[in-house]
Amino acid sequence: MFTSQVLFFGFGWLFFMRQLFKDYEVRQYIVQVVFSVTFAFSCTMFELIIFEILGALSSSSRYFHWKLNLYVILLVLIFVVPFYIGYFVVSNIRLLQRQRLLFACMVWFTFMYFFWKLGDPFPILSPKHGILSIEQLISRVGVIGVTLMALLSGFGAVNCPYTYMSYFLRNVTDSDILALERRLLQTMDMIVSKKKRIAMTRRQMYQRGEDQNKQTGFWGMIKSVTSTQTGSENLSLIQQEVDALEELSRQLFLETVDLQSTKERIEYSKTFQGKYFNFLGYFFSIYCVWKIFMATINIVFDRVGKTDPVTRGIEITVNYLGIQFDVKFWSQHISFILVGIIIVTSIRGLLITLTKFFYAISSSKSSNVIVLVLAQIMGMYFVSSVLLMRMSMPLEYRSIVTEVLGELQFNFYHRWFDVIFLVSALSSILFLYLSTVFTGNIIVLA
Amino acid sequence: MASLDRVKVLVLGDSGVGKSSLVHLLCQNQVLGNPSWTVGCSVDVRVQDYKEGTPEEKTYYIELWDVGGSIGSASSVKSTRAVFYNSVNGIMLVHDLTNKKSSQNLYRWSLEALNKDSSPTGVIVSNGDYDREQFAENPVPLLLIGTKFDQIPENKRNEVLTRTAFLSEDFNAEEINLVERKAYFLSHHSDRAAGEQR
Repeated sequence: MFTSQVLFFGFGWLFFMRQLFKDYEVRQYIVQVVFSVTFAFSCTMFELIIFEILGALSSSSRYFHWKLNLYVILLVLIFVVPFYIGYFVVSNIRLLQRQRLLFACMVWFTFMYFFWKLGDPFPILSPKHGILSIEQLISRVGVIGVTLMALLSGFGAVNCPYTYMSYFLRNVTDSDILALERRLLQTMDMIVSKKKRIAMTRRQMYQRGEDQNKQTGFWGMIKSVTSTQTGSENLSLIQQEVDALEELSRQLFLETVDLQSTKERIEYSKTFQGKYFNFLGYFFSIYCVWKIFMATINIVFDRVGKTDPVTRGIEITVNYLGIQFDVKFWSQHISFILVGIIIVTSIRGLLITLTKFFYAISSSKSSNVIVLVLAQIMGMYFVSSVLLMRMSMPLEYRSIVTEVLGELQFNFYHRWFDVIFLVSALSSILFLYLSTVFTGNIIVLA
Repeated sequence: MASLDRVKVLVLGDSGVGKSSLVHLLCQNQVLGNPSWTVGCSVDVRVQDYKEGTPEEKTYYIELWDVGGSIGSASSVKSTRAVFYNSVNGIMLVHDLTNKKSSQNLYRWSLEALNKDSSPTGVIVSNGDYDREQFAENPVPLLLIGTKFDQIPENKRNEVLTRTAFLSEDFNAEEINLVERKAYFLSHHSDRAAGEQR
């Protein structure tokens, strides 16, 4: 049990070194440790679910490990990580360097306050629980995590078919790209020539200014006033033109990058691998559309599914297709496989998304803070996926999850997930549509 | 005005090492107050009197092309960046002295830029791996600049300086280490730089 935890810790450490921090030096090892610890304990939770299904280890020891794991994860997610985030953010701000610890504690207290307030508008607790019970904490963590999951799945459900299916690919030819590149270079040349004029004018003004100091008398003063005025007026005019041209060059650059990547995708789709993914993309898009449809129905008709897909599948095969087989035996194996697939794909998907996000927004100053934020997100994501996974498991395995996590209103979480999923999917559809419309327009104007 | 000769210099390096600040300092003689991400390429121009005071004095426009992005960018970004690498007279490789990885990435930056150079010597460039011979025959002069020297604590400065000395030997380049916000330092060095590019 503990060996596997050490294994996960090592894996998280490696991931951190190889992927996330490829371009930065690790200065504060505490960040790496915290990240790996979060990762290790989150994976242990999944491992415990698998053990639950397989029936490995004794029931009491499983229960013990669950509780232990849960306490540690909550401790890390609510106390350790936010404190370090506050600490590193405060360290970056130069004014507050002296009393870092004090300000970090203040930040932590504000975090706790908002965290507590988060629970108020949601009907998640029955009144018989005390203030500092585990259920309070888990319910709030669950809310945040479920929101995150739903947002990511919603966006993924829309983005995946869009990326994989070649139907959406615009037709891009080499001459389009060459034309854009030529425009980009022309714009750069114009910027350069204008800047040359500015530099030369400034230099002449500076030299004339030196001569000016030698000129005395009435006429000298008037001449100096008029000439510098027209000089600086010209300069500001040219400077405005330069600013506009620079903005144009940036847009052209981004456009060209977009066209290049579209061209590469077209080439990829003609290969064998590309065709395979294209095919998968069609299936996946049907699945995504079905999921969106189901979410809408769940909300509109105000129902929450009672049985999990595995038992339903088995019921359907037994009742309609008349195939008789040992329900218990097969349900265990099938649910194991299903849950395993869900776990692996969600971990992998999350890590890839986090890596992309990290590359996009990090810099050498903020890398520590961002990694900690990512660790926080990852922890909350994994906790709430355990919560939601309860739905996908047959009744006998659900019991331990229910036992360990206490009496939460699970139905609420599923409803909340559906709502956010729908909102996220619809807004990503809108977003993608708008982006294609806008980029299409820029090319037309060219 | 436009009839002056021009010298095109690329300024390359990882994100956040200080290329835009450096270019701004060289061309405007001012410190850049609010640096932000460079998208694409930003150009600035400096009028330089080469060999000022001597009879061979000539005034040049030095164009500093500050190319943004990281070395690990997608291949679409790399192929778009390649349009800026044509007919280059010199390359400034900028790295952050507080961040070792930015110096290691400089090999890959220089390979990316030199691959696109229509080199008349016809050197066959190997894929990705560093090969000292390429730089020995390289017709394009390189200048290695290290930034943020003042952010290194006193006890580590020697170690950093020896490391960068090795680096500049590898590149067969001249080396300058910069302290943030010292404008007077640079006019002297930019003259040397103009001399390099000659």
